Amino acid sequence: MNSKTMFYILKRILLAVLTVWVVITVTFFVMHAVPGGPFTSEKAISPAAQAALEAKYGLDKPLMQQYFTYLEDIVTKFDFGPSLKQRGRMVIDIITDGMKTSAKLGVIAAVIAAVSGIVLGAVAALRRNKLIDKIVMVITTAFVSMPSFIMGALLLALFAVSLHLLPANGAAKGGLVLPIITLSLYPMAYITRLTRSSMLDVLGQDYIRTAKAKGVSGTKIIFGHALKNSLIPVITYFGPMLAYIVTGSLVVERIFAVPGIGKAFVQSITNRDYPLIMGTTIVLAVLIVIMNLVSDILYKVVDPRINLE
Amino acid sequence: MNVKKFSMHVDVDSFIPATEEEKAYMVQMRPSSTFFRDGMKRLLKNGVATASLVIIIVITLASLIIPAFWPYSYETMLGVQPGKAVDSSYNNLAPFEYGASEKARIEAGEKIFPHIFGTDNQGRDYFIRVVYGTRISLAVGFFASIIVLIIGMTVGSIAGYFGGAVDLIIMRIVDIIYSLPDMLMVILLAAVLKETLGSALEGTALEKIGSNIISLFIVFGVLYWVSMSRLIRGQILSLREQEYVLAARAAGAKGGRIIKKHLLPNSISVVIISTALQIPNAIFTESYLSFLGLGVNAPMPSLGSLASDALNGLSSYPYRLIIPAIVISLIVLSLNLFGDGLRDAFDPKLRT
Repeated sequence: MNSKTMFYILKRILLAVLTVWVVITVTFFVMHAVPGGPFTSEKAISPAAQAALEAKYGLDKPLMQQYFTYLEDIVTKFDFGPSLKQRGRMVIDIITDGMKTSAKLGVIAAVIAAVSGIVLGAVAALRRNKLIDKIVMVITTAFVSMPSFIMGALLLALFAVSLHLLPANGAAKGGLVLPIITLSLYPMAYITRLTRSSMLDVLGQDYIRTAKAKGVSGTKIIFGHALKNSLIPVITYFGPMLAYIVTGSLVVERIFAVPGIGKAFVQSITNRDYPLIMGTTIVLAVLIVIMNLVSDILYKVVDPRINLE
Repeated sequence: MNVKKFSMHVDVDSFIPATEEEKAYMVQMRPSSTFFRDGMKRLLKNGVATASLVIIIVITLASLIIPAFWPYSYETMLGVQPGKAVDSSYNNLAPFEYGASEKARIEAGEKIFPHIFGTDNQGRDYFIRVVYGTRISLAVGFFASIIVLIIGMTVGSIAGYFGGAVDLIIMRIVDIIYSLPDMLMVILLAAVLKETLGSALEGTALEKIGSNIISLFIVFGVLYWVSMSRLIRGQILSLREQEYVLAARAAGAKGGRIIKKHLLPNSISVVIISTALQIPNAIFTESYLSFLGLGVNAPMPSLGSLASDALNGLSSYPYRLIIPAIVISLIVLSLNLFGDGLRDAFDPKLRT
């Protein structure tokens, strides 16, 4: 790793930290622009409780001071305050609870998408313009232009309601199968197309021809040279894929009633549970920013030829 | 090898003046083609793109024309008539079924326009709701893209034109907005604007459009201009340095002519293409937000809210989900394919 790469990584980390700060700041001030502010509930509470709440969160203090307190609580203690609607529960507890299910859902979906996408893409590239290539391309084109909620609802209608093959409720046994499939289809289609085009690009390179001319066997060319190099662009997609899975899980968890963080987030929006909205937004945003950072740095480290400036 | 080539003998025939026939043969047969006509020709040769264009035009025209003559409206609950009790026989009609009073009128010999897709759970004609939802989704996609275009073009050309410190500051801001998780910010802004805009808009002309659509436009204007402004800045920076601009300048062309003849035609195609590709994105986002209950205000339908509403009665009325699902996928797919075709036809350099 040369100094230029180090400089790039440092710059990238700085940008990520800045982005996280912007997310927290925007979230805080946007939420405080709501009439009444995030810590007021429309249900009338006793003046004593109101006073206690105000004292606890410093609502009587100037806005800037509240902001710094909020920022400090997040950075030092991961404290996002209490939930307004779920009495007695802290936002961070709700998030970690939801995360357990959502993380399982997301990780499995991501792994399925990556593995099947790479295999399908490689097969399509190696059998270019053959029937199998055309089938794969048509199907992936269809998947790429279908919103996740449509996909989820159609799968639900087909497998759970009409055929009764799988449970419609995400909390039931085997209930995560349909949400996982729903979430993995779009990234799978995207990775397939990405792998196919980059593999075609690599197969046209001089070093592949050289390897063929040397008499290297077909399998060795594919696995030793072509596949490895054509996976580099796929790495860049890992960040956006996580972003897709996070936003996708919001609707997918709603459709299948999965008790995850996405469902909590959507519920917090309809309930106007502002501290929960703020907390979830920030946690998910940080997750996405970190994943983008990692995939960008990995991309640079794996292929030093790439000039990202 | 041809030995003759090395001889000094000259073939006199080669120097005879050309006959009229030969001259006519050499004259260019085609009238000179413009950049636009060239691109259109390439676009129409692309079967997939042309088919997509036809689909888009048909859907757009249908969504504009059908509500004008359709006997039902998207918000009329057919079972509710002034001065009478609510007639629940109109709710949840299957396709081509009629409500109780309509059946009576048919028996009396009257002709009643059928409910092609039936009615929804509040007795509203579902076909016209889908048509109207399509119109809303298309309009939101189109106008959101125009907003993105205007803001992106302004900021991008400022950054590209002034350069230096202005460029640096604008581009750092763009970097940060670009790395924000867009969908989460969109949801956050939409949720908050929904609360705050409603009272602010009351009494103004904008109220009719609904606070949610306005907030959608604001969200788009705030977040999605960044890639457009990056693109336009890059275009301006690179086009300024092109050889043909230098050549035009050397040939004595004035600034106005260079801008009109070289810079604009060369950058406008990129701009139009990315605007076209932005439309399906906007439709996607709108339907996503509508699905989460942050989209259009009821009773106005959009394709996303129709799909969302259909979830509740999924086991009994699956077609109510499938119809908007097909329409939305068709629109997004054909807009994407058409955008790709446009890119291939007008800017082969952009092809990936």
